[in-house]
Amino acid sequence: MPVWLELVFRVVAVFVAFLTLPLIVGQTEHKVMAHMQGRLGPMYAGAFHGWAQLVADGIKFVQKEDVTPRAADRAVFRLAPIVSLLPYLLVLLVIPLGPHGLVAQPLDIGLFFVLAVVGIGVVAVLMAAWSSANKYALLGGLRAAAQLLGYELPFVLAAASVAMAAGTLSLSGIVRAWQPWWLVWQLPALLIFFTAGLAEIRRPPFDMPIAESELVFGYLTEYTGLRFAFFLLAEYVGIVVVAALTTVLFLGGWRGPFADAQLGWLWTLLKVFVVSFVIIWVRVSYPRLREDQLQRLCWLVLVPLALGQLLLTAAVKLMI
Amino acid sequence: MSGVPGGGLAKGLAVTLKTMTKRAHTHQYPDVEPDLPPRSRGVIALLEENCTVCMLCARECPDWCIYIDSHKEEVVVPGAARPRQRNVLDRFAIDYSLCMYCGICVEVCPFDALYWSPEFEYAEYDLRDLLHEKDRLGEWMPTVPAPPAHDPNGEPAKEETTAAKKAAAPARTAAPRPGPTSGPGPASRPGPAAPPAAPPAE
Repeated sequence: MPVWLELVFRVVAVFVAFLTLPLIVGQTEHKVMAHMQGRLGPMYAGAFHGWAQLVADGIKFVQKEDVTPRAADRAVFRLAPIVSLLPYLLVLLVIPLGPHGLVAQPLDIGLFFVLAVVGIGVVAVLMAAWSSANKYALLGGLRAAAQLLGYELPFVLAAASVAMAAGTLSLSGIVRAWQPWWLVWQLPALLIFFTAGLAEIRRPPFDMPIAESELVFGYLTEYTGLRFAFFLLAEYVGIVVVAALTTVLFLGGWRGPFADAQLGWLWTLLKVFVVSFVIIWVRVSYPRLREDQLQRLCWLVLVPLALGQLLLTAAVKLMI
Repeated sequence: MSGVPGGGLAKGLAVTLKTMTKRAHTHQYPDVEPDLPPRSRGVIALLEENCTVCMLCARECPDWCIYIDSHKEEVVVPGAARPRQRNVLDRFAIDYSLCMYCGICVEVCPFDALYWSPEFEYAEYDLRDLLHEKDRLGEWMPTVPAPPAHDPNGEPAKEETTAAKKAAAPARTAAPRPGPTSGPGPASRPGPAAPPAAPPAE
């Protein structure tokens, strides 16, 4: 296969995953959340249990007027949704789906790349918030910035713990080095990573920046139509990315009960969906954290725990 | 509350998961007809034949949403000394944009001309179209459910007791009330003209 063809194939595959997985997760969220609240959720779009609801939503968003406020900083305002979406697309490039290089772009410093790129989300939020020229957007954006900067720390520390255990920064390398007993050894790191990941993608219960009852819709207040849809899509891709990272770093990626070599992609996808389900589940179950509780949880619980986990990892690593 | 740290968090997750496995409470109304409770107050139906234009319903209606027009008609009864007068109902309309579904008209009607029907799908695009005339009110009569069965352990209905009493002693009860108490029904529920005549009978 010529190099360019392979390249096109890989990029197209990632793009397809980028467009379909969030839709599946979004539809699952609609249905799971509805049933957890004793409702049915979408039932009409697409005739069978509303399977086409998100497609219909997408069509609706395309038809809506694309409003840019007069006082807004037009260029920044228009760029922000793309900046929020792009990092997740890049992250999907390096996430291994299965063994033997079943990854769009194998990267030796994959973990470093992922953590660096996910951090761009703060910039997108601040761009959206400041350029909207809206007090609610600004308040939400500053809350988001404080939250994202704070939770970046336990996020990175937890990931560092597993990288230290595996002795590599390559995501495929981490999965290869992973052993089932790491589930116990790295359990605190798993929980910290998952919680910080939820906060990174600003999912409830960490959705203080867009707290709709007090800030209208936070930094998304002024967005309409397709640009708003981009932000929503970014949230759902964020779920997929956090679930995929949790899977790859802590749950053994393509390692399954049998036939890892052939069915590795299936195990990875299954784990991603299970973790996505837990993300939705947590969203339905817990009320939103107040701003001060949010910061307390980060700095007084997650960061010390993450540091403790790093010590534990180092100690165990030295012993074996 | 719970002793184990994080116990409350686990409990929250358990509650939502348990709810997910149960059936949803959603009523899929336009697709599935709702299962209405007995004696639902959907709309008031009119049994035109029973109406005597006594105007009780229109007068008792708290927001005056019943409109009644009538005229008098002479009925020549063969054998009677002079022709009788009879009220003929020309118009009976209920304005459902005003009606507050209190049901006083149904309660107060002495001749059972008004009934509650569980039918509720009569929404209109214009408020003025909610004024329904007697033909429309009559169309709802077939939707009126049968009255609930009498409680087998309860006391027998007043009508039944009276009828039984009358059957047991036909001579005594029939003598003081020759005219108005011919049917079994009106014996206990005399018409608007009857009450002045009733006390001397007892």
